[in-house]
Amino acid sequence: MAPTLAETPEGISGQGFFATSMEKAVGLARKNSLWPLPFATSCCGIEFMATMGAHYDLARFGSERLSFSPRQSDLLMVMGTVAKKMGPVLREVYIQMAEPKWVIAVGACASSGGIFDTYSVLQGIDRIIPVDVYVPGCPPRPEQIIDGIIKIQELVGNESLRRRNSKEYQELMDQYNIE
Amino acid sequence: MFQIIPERNELVVTKLIENFGTSIDQHEILADMLCVTVKKEVVAELLLFLRDDQELQYNFLTTLCGMHYPEKEQLGVVYHLHSFVHNHRIRIKTTTHLTNPNVPSATKVWPSANWMERETFDFFGIIFEGHPNLKRILNVEDMVDFPLRKEFPLEDQTREDKDDSLFGR
Repeated sequence: MAPTLAETPEGISGQGFFATSMEKAVGLARKNSLWPLPFATSCCGIEFMATMGAHYDLARFGSERLSFSPRQSDLLMVMGTVAKKMGPVLREVYIQMAEPKWVIAVGACASSGGIFDTYSVLQGIDRIIPVDVYVPGCPPRPEQIIDGIIKIQELVGNESLRRRNSKEYQELMDQYNIE
Repeated sequence: MFQIIPERNELVVTKLIENFGTSIDQHEILADMLCVTVKKEVVAELLLFLRDDQELQYNFLTTLCGMHYPEKEQLGVVYHLHSFVHNHRIRIKTTTHLTNPNVPSATKVWPSANWMERETFDFFGIIFEGHPNLKRILNVEDMVDFPLRKEFPLEDQTREDKDDSLFGR
């Protein structure tokens, strides 16, 4: 089977040229070359390893290259239980990432604390950092993680170039006390 | 493998009563292991004696943890000792009142007690006198409660999305 190419955005094409808006071109580039930062703390991280492996192969979606430095990644993937003591570490990692950045909470624990309704576990990472996509499951299967990545790609591809400068975005960051 | 050696148990009891007499509150076999309850004032000395006595040589502190008896308003500490020389294990217990949760530290006897005592302090609020660095080890530093005391609710208290009727309350 021939590899699937990224879908061409709307635009005007003629002989030897293709014209589209800057926003669409940037969106196309960004969404098909996401560099994820895996923040894996428990079993969801194991499912993520399967997702990166040859069988499920996340590289098909342009996320070939995992970044283990927050400064060079676009997508923070939080997979697993985050203890309250780990909270400030996760927040620091998020702050160190350069804009534009997206966050995906993989699994019940990252999304809501999961079965760990206890004093020592953060009841969902959205208490300390903003989250774009939540993937349910305990742990979710690789297909579900891929579905989450596709949802992120939709957000990335359709995001306005000015979004990160908007008042709403600033208000969102203020909610989390992030500069 | 854990061995039950009745002669060893008797030897320990005899020796302890001989040396610490009235400070020994109780001794019994619990779950196949000798368990001696002692007064907290002598516990550090007693542990040192168990370690250094030539016939006993309980040279290894397997573990140490806290206890809480809300109905008796008591806190306590359990020490599990192992003699590598004789392959024998015993348990030492000591209790203290909730209002005065001080117990002598065993760090001078076994340096490995350091982190175990910090953990016990972290979860039960037992203050080990003579500990070189008694601060929280596992929980967040700004925590004020002692989570393994019975009155502490284990569920996260910051959640607002739980309907009690769905949990049979």
